[in-house]
Amino acid sequence: MAQGEYIELHQKRHGKRLDHDERARKKEARSAHKKSAISKKLRGLKAKQYNKKRYSEKAEMKKTIKQHAERLNKHKTAEKPDEKDAVPAYLLDREGMSHAKVLSNSIKQKRKEKAGKWSVPIPKVRPVGEDEVFKVMASGKRKKKQWKRMVNKVTFVGESFTRKPPKYERFVRPAALRFKQAHVTHPELKATFTLDLIGVKKNPQSPLYTSLGVITKGTVIEVNCSDLGLVTPSGKVVWGKYAQVTNNPENDGCINAVLLV
Amino acid sequence: MRRGGRTPPHRFATETATWKRSQTSRPTRNRPGETAARSRPMAGAVIAQFETAEGERTGPQLDIPVDTTAAQLQLILHELLHLEEKVPYSFYVAEAEVSSTLEKALGAASTEQAVRIVYVPQAIFRVRAVTRCSSTLPGHAEALLSSSFSPDGNTLATGSGDHCVRLWDVHTETPRATLRSHRDWVLCIAWSPCGRFLASGGKDGQVALWRAMERSVKGEVAPLRVMNAHKKWVNAIAWEPLHLSLAMPRFASASKDGQIRIWEALTGRCVTSLSGHSMSVSCVRWSGDGLVISGSQDRTIKVWAPNETKLVRSLEGHAHWVNCIALNTDAALRVGGHDHRGVAAPEIEAQAVAAEKKFKEVRGAAPELMVSGSDDFTLFLWSPYSSKKPITRMTGHVQLVNAACFSPDGQWIASGSFDGSIRLWHGKTGKFVATLRGHVGAVYQLAWSGDSRLLASGSKDSTVKVWETRTRKVKEDLPGHADEVYTVDWSPDGERVASGGKDRNLKMWRC
Repeated sequence: MAQGEYIELHQKRHGKRLDHDERARKKEARSAHKKSAISKKLRGLKAKQYNKKRYSEKAEMKKTIKQHAERLNKHKTAEKPDEKDAVPAYLLDREGMSHAKVLSNSIKQKRKEKAGKWSVPIPKVRPVGEDEVFKVMASGKRKKKQWKRMVNKVTFVGESFTRKPPKYERFVRPAALRFKQAHVTHPELKATFTLDLIGVKKNPQSPLYTSLGVITKGTVIEVNCSDLGLVTPSGKVVWGKYAQVTNNPENDGCINAVLLV
Repeated sequence: MRRGGRTPPHRFATETATWKRSQTSRPTRNRPGETAARSRPMAGAVIAQFETAEGERTGPQLDIPVDTTAAQLQLILHELLHLEEKVPYSFYVAEAEVSSTLEKALGAASTEQAVRIVYVPQAIFRVRAVTRCSSTLPGHAEALLSSSFSPDGNTLATGSGDHCVRLWDVHTETPRATLRSHRDWVLCIAWSPCGRFLASGGKDGQVALWRAMERSVKGEVAPLRVMNAHKKWVNAIAWEPLHLSLAMPRFASASKDGQIRIWEALTGRCVTSLSGHSMSVSCVRWSGDGLVISGSQDRTIKVWAPNETKLVRSLEGHAHWVNCIALNTDAALRVGGHDHRGVAAPEIEAQAVAAEKKFKEVRGAAPELMVSGSDDFTLFLWSPYSSKKPITRMTGHVQLVNAACFSPDGQWIASGSFDGSIRLWHGKTGKFVATLRGHVGAVYQLAWSGDSRLLASGSKDSTVKVWETRTRKVKEDLPGHADEVYTVDWSPDGERVASGGKDRNLKMWRC
């Protein structure tokens, strides 16, 4: 027996304390409190390491509990028919294919029932004035010319756009506020997809903003939804659809939109 | 007229379609090449030898002008074969079809030697392409998963996700009966070749047998037999061919649980269970030679002798799931004793005789061929009766192959893939012939017309398209479904195409 194991040696010679088991049980029962006190007190790297350890312990614990629960469940539950859409035998084992991403055309058919052409999710928008959208840029040698404007809002600039020479460029659209993609939510599917922008269909504030490609809340944008696999009744792929912007992109740094179906 | 290439070449008048044997026959030499070289007096003429698809020579070598059209070749051949009735033929030179003139088909091919013109008989009847939707039949409360015309073409059965099978009267295009027994989706249905029974398999593992002509009040029909032996869902059902099953019709059902069960239709007894596949059995066929062939997700195709419950051979070659198998006699076996108008002899014995004759006609001298399509994007052509080695491997698809079928005369193989293309292959050799492009979504199902000239395809892009094999183009584009088309079937009499899919409507298409 090693020199340092004097406790074991003592237990071997004299036996355990009479209340040993009781004390062990109590210590075990208190351990959760102790652990939580430690985790509250720890800061910095120690806290990180400790939390990581606890996380893996808890995951292990949950797994064990689940295994036990399964063992208890001796009766096989009667299989209920699926509530999902029926698929033929040749597609049954292909559930792995992202069906969530592929939109159903029967959902698309509901579009027919919509009331007006422009019944959009956000019917009214806060007016945004020109002074808010455009910042006056001073130009000229003495910075006294005031005809240049910088767009302060998020814009969409087409692929083929090249800037004009500075002398002729009235509106500057900063590169940092140019967006190429939008997070578009399908209202019936409650699924969100990141889609490429095709253009700005209409900015309700002003036709000038529409032509400049300014995207504010309520703007109707056109997005490329060819990835979603929609087809027209005649079997052609639908690739452009309209969506309305639901957030203030200049504040959030992203464009959220809802698909108009 | 003698067979073989030893007679001198006969010349035909260039200008006229009517032909006449030339008077200037010369003494012959034995080798065909030499005779050909010596007797080429006319510019723009070739020495031609007619051959059957099996390579058997017909008639002597003939001196034919290169501007001979297919119709003129037809006249020549009719005379050579002494045919009374007009059987249409298609002609192939160096595997190119003679569509306008011989010259165009020849292309750059050498005319130094005798040109071999292969002739293939076509169906005497002609199926007209469907062009319009004659009716849209609602009724199912869920997507249509399978559809099948009865062998006589009078009834259509559809299986659906709403747990019932429906029978439709084809001529009036009205519902006839609703068959309820399944507790889950009806995945597959199959008519017996005599047309008296219908078997259906469901996702709950149940196989139900129905009497097709039974009528009852309110259109509800009770099943004749219900079999609950499969532990998982039933993927496919195949009936024993009529000429083998005269006394006791049987059918095979293939299930996800890896088993194939053989059932006696009348008693509902499971005769045998063929187990050997380690994964889901995706497709099954009962060949006219009495073998059961099954393809599975365990990458093998197994050939069974059902009477001895014996595995004959296991065909290995695919690198991924086997999705579909098809025999070149499928169409003949399906309709049994019914001819191309759906007419059959009243007594079953006569039907069986007619069915056997039809089967032997399509099969020819060689054993049956089988094609299999797989998730590894390829197809294999097999001769399952004789060999465990594939005849050829057919590559070209860039997505998994979901459907493959032989044309009714066995001349073509069509394969549909999830890449949206349909490929056409030579039915005997498996050589690539053409790609039919047009679908923008995955192609789910294919159906040939009875005369092998047209092909219908149903796709995920919600359209049905009809293709012509001669031009290899879309003949008709049939939009109308609101969602994916899961099933397409061409009626054996060629009058109608039925299609159904996710939009829960059955559509009938007519010409």
